[in-house]
Amino acid sequence: MKKIYLCYFLSLPLTLTFSGCGGIPKDALSMNKATLEDRRLQTRIFDTLDEENILSASAGVLQDIGFNIDESETDLGLIVASKDRSATEAGQITLAIFAAALTDSNPRYDTKQKIRVSLVANRASEKTERTSVRVTFQRIVWDNYGQITRLEKLNDPEMYQGFFEKLSKSVFLEAHGI
Amino acid sequence: MKKIVNFIIATCLILTCFFVCGCGSSRNQVLAAEESQVKLRSMQSRLFDTTDKTKTLRTAMATLQDLGFVIDEADDVLGTVSATKLDRYAVRITVSVRPHGKTQMLVRANAQYNLKAIEDPEPYQQFFAAFAKAMFLTAHNVE
Repeated sequence: MKKIYLCYFLSLPLTLTFSGCGGIPKDALSMNKATLEDRRLQTRIFDTLDEENILSASAGVLQDIGFNIDESETDLGLIVASKDRSATEAGQITLAIFAAALTDSNPRYDTKQKIRVSLVANRASEKTERTSVRVTFQRIVWDNYGQITRLEKLNDPEMYQGFFEKLSKSVFLEAHGI
Repeated sequence: MKKIVNFIIATCLILTCFFVCGCGSSRNQVLAAEESQVKLRSMQSRLFDTTDKTKTLRTAMATLQDLGFVIDEADDVLGTVSATKLDRYAVRITVSVRPHGKTQMLVRANAQYNLKAIEDPEPYQQFFAAFAKAMFLTAHNVE
């Protein structure tokens, strides 16, 4: 009986969350302190105006790291790609089993993730003959019950550095920071 | 007896869910909008003094990337860009660009936050402020 009441009270906040109540965070659509930092992290400049070459090299690099191209619009310098991968981490599973044993419930742990990336090439400025490339990664993580556990942007500097190293090798050009 | 009590509790739970989520069939959502169409259009649209559609679209993509979005798709001919931001919540936005008269472009953005349409003017004001800055142009309200 107690369990049913517990479910009842637990289901309320969940219902509220999923019915989308509670407004959009104030800074969701505005520039903030992190904007410039993120732009620097996610952008590199190449000494060329050959946007097509940059885009095809980028598509190649994305395929090299296992992404499938979902969408592209070369007139706008855009490539969108994604990959579905495992999200299991041994440490998290051990903790989940331990916690489940303590609370007499079923263990919950992350099982799969979808990583999405969009890459946009653009002329760096009207004055210079350079092309900027900005790449942004994000991911959605699901647990073993098929529930979404994480919605996040991926901002590890090493990830972006690694990507641009591969891209500059592929176009035989040095990637400059902004 | 226990079964009946359980049944009553379950019924109460389902009814509460309906009240909290808003009544009616979920199919109503297809054509539903809380705000009036005119009001929505005016808060979601701005005019810019340019005729360069491609540049406007490219600037829209750059602005969206600045705001933490990952672009989902874009179409130069149709003049649309869609993007998603994930940051413990999900915001999906579509920006459309089309000519307005001979000297202006009409830019319209509509967005949803998790499972709800954004029908509050402030987020759109913020978006157009960032966008106008990137365009080096003033955003005019649509009459």
